[in-house]
Amino acid sequence: MRHILSLLMENESGALSRVSGLFSARGYNIESLTVAPTEDPTLSRMTIVTSGSDDVIEQITKQLNKLIEIVKVVDLNDGEYIERELMLVKVRASGKEREEMKRMADIFRGRVIDVTDKAYTIELTGTGTKLNAFLEAIESDAILETVRTGASGIGRGERILKV
Amino acid sequence: MQISGAEIVIRCLQEEGVEYIFGYPGGAVLFIYDELFKQSKLKHVLVRHEQGAVHAADGYARACQKVGVALVTSGPGVTNAVTGIATAYMDSIPVVIISGQVPTPAIGLDAFQEVDTVGITRPCVKHNFLVKDVKDIATTIKKAFYLAATGRPGPVLVDIPKDITQHLAEFSYPQEVSMRSYTPVTRGHSGQIKKAIQLIMDAKRPMIYSGGGVILGEAAGELTELVRNLGFPCTNTLMGLGGYPATDPQFVGMLGMHGTYEANMAMQNCDVLLAIGARFDDRVIGNPKHFYSEDRRIVHIDIDPSSISKRVKVDVPIVGNVREVLQELIKQLAATREKPEEAALAAWWSQIEEWRSRDCLKYDRASAIIKPQFVVEKLYEVTNGDAFVTSDVGQHQMWAAQFYKFDLPRRWINSGGLGTMGFGLPAAMGVQLAHPGADVVCITGEASIQMCIQELSTCKQYHLPVKIVNLNNRYMGMVRQWQEFFHGNRYAESYMDALPDFVKLAEAYGHVGMKIEQPSDVEGALREAFSRKDDLVFLDFITDQSENVFPMVPGGKGLSEMILV
Ligand SMILES: Cc1ncc(C[n+]2csc(CCOP(=O)(O)OP(=O)(O)O)c2C)c(N)n1
Repeated sequence: MRHILSLLMENESGALSRVSGLFSARGYNIESLTVAPTEDPTLSRMTIVTSGSDDVIEQITKQLNKLIEIVKVVDLNDGEYIERELMLVKVRASGKEREEMKRMADIFRGRVIDVTDKAYTIELTGTGTKLNAFLEAIESDAILETVRTGASGIGRGERILKV
Repeated sequence: MQISGAEIVIRCLQEEGVEYIFGYPGGAVLFIYDELFKQSKLKHVLVRHEQGAVHAADGYARACQKVGVALVTSGPGVTNAVTGIATAYMDSIPVVIISGQVPTPAIGLDAFQEVDTVGITRPCVKHNFLVKDVKDIATTIKKAFYLAATGRPGPVLVDIPKDITQHLAEFSYPQEVSMRSYTPVTRGHSGQIKKAIQLIMDAKRPMIYSGGGVILGEAAGELTELVRNLGFPCTNTLMGLGGYPATDPQFVGMLGMHGTYEANMAMQNCDVLLAIGARFDDRVIGNPKHFYSEDRRIVHIDIDPSSISKRVKVDVPIVGNVREVLQELIKQLAATREKPEEAALAAWWSQIEEWRSRDCLKYDRASAIIKPQFVVEKLYEVTNGDAFVTSDVGQHQMWAAQFYKFDLPRRWINSGGLGTMGFGLPAAMGVQLAHPGADVVCITGEASIQMCIQELSTCKQYHLPVKIVNLNNRYMGMVRQWQEFFHGNRYAESYMDALPDFVKLAEAYGHVGMKIEQPSDVEGALREAFSRKDDLVFLDFITDQSENVFPMVPGGKGLSEMILV
């Protein structure tokens, strides 16, 4: 099953490679990994999207906790959570395609953030599934380039990950 | 007053109470060596290869429970040390490795003798650091010792660029460390301990299985008390030998790939298993699918949560310091009025005795060629079972584990996890330095001993009277055994041709060498060797080439699927 793990870790240069090294050394799946500093500059927050049986996820969590620079690990799937990913997609938009593209972007609550004669760049946020759905909804030849951030996740309501 | 980074390094080690540093100099650590030269508190042991430095620090740590320290230079110094570091890592041994690095401005420019030390060692250390500011040296070294020795121990590396050792800073050694991201658990959860007690009380066919965690956690006394109070059978892993006295009747021998018939059968057939500081390693339980039994309940005590339910699902996990958990368990057991069913336990013991009567370790004692097992048995007699025994990797290691009966912890020192040939001799140096008056033996094979043979020179320089018991079968015996069993007797590259004359070799290094070819000479030679208190004696025993280690659980099989002699 797909799991989203949220980590707080010391904002130190080697920490990221320890995490990615752990995943490759132990053969764990990694769908996406994002990391950035938090409001506390000594801490970074990482979101890892992975998949595996319950036993594997349990091992992943334990192994992550064992890394010295990791302060906290939560499996967001243990409760309610929100997941968002940002995608920038450059699409061909000339002639009558322009109208159509704009409409599709609106339907998906995307925004056109860059415009040229021949292309639009659309910004879209949502779950990975929604972003996929958008890419499927538009004609595939129209897609010139995509870039995605990978998922970030946060617990709902009172679920707070802090030190 | 400001002092140099190099001096800070030395002062930190002094503050930690370090007695020996095992090392090898080079460009990146020259300032540190210069400071070593200026003082006399820390003793430096100059090894002949950096692998030996880490093994020696490791052997020292295993034998005396203190953190071992190694010092190596950048580049090849570090890469040579990696085997030693990985060895310590796999067996959770507290070692601090200080490595030199090229100067900070040169990092990343493919400088002379530059390697990404932190990157190379990352997967085989508990943690590592690159020090980027002279002001951080003291706190980093403090953290390194703390991390190495606490929780589940392990090697920690501190990489220090050369310019940082030259820079100046005030020195003050932190008295304490606290790291919000590292807080190892010590006490076991009391609810879990209660559950464990219930399982123990309901057991009809109980078994206690303990590993290296009991040795590292200084819990042999507690384990022994628990086993005796309960009257249960006990087995130890290769890493756990000495955790429970091997001469005690409740000890059923080592378990695993070359474990005894009775230990493996009891392990497989028990209904309640108490696993203590052990990790259900593949060499210990074989194939987990074959090991699985629906009506077996497992209690697992370990300091490392990630060791629990990794290969085998357990029913009652108890995370904590093994010693503290065992103390609590003993206390609570004493307070309960219940007892496990006696008749069931008696029946279980008679089953175990029946397995034991199979005499799975028997060998031809009347052989006209020296049997390796015979040498180990005689060694046990001659040393009154009181020696510190290191070993290399192969058949000799297994015979040492099977035939030398360890009654005390920290007497059996071997590379269990990584299986590193070359470990035995340098480890023995560390052990001998930790216990200067004690008998220290390295049981080895003619292939393994050649992997770090150069340390004979170190032994000469520091007067380390280690006794080397070379079980010379002219084969990489363990490889030959697998080829015999599983590869149609095709002995590909496992014959040790062109062997040196070990007697002359020992003599060339300034030691005593003896070659023993007759079974009747074995005991006499050993006695003579151990009477030479101040000499390193290299005993080259010419042993039976075709002898195999039994029992054997072939890879991928279950514990009860043993090949027996
Ligand atoms: C560094 C290293 N290389 C290779 C091996 C694989 N290996 C395991 S046992 C063995 C043979 C050891 O031969 P020897 O030291 O003569 O001991 P014996 O088995 O004959 O007692 C080998 C090559 C290893 N364990 N370590």
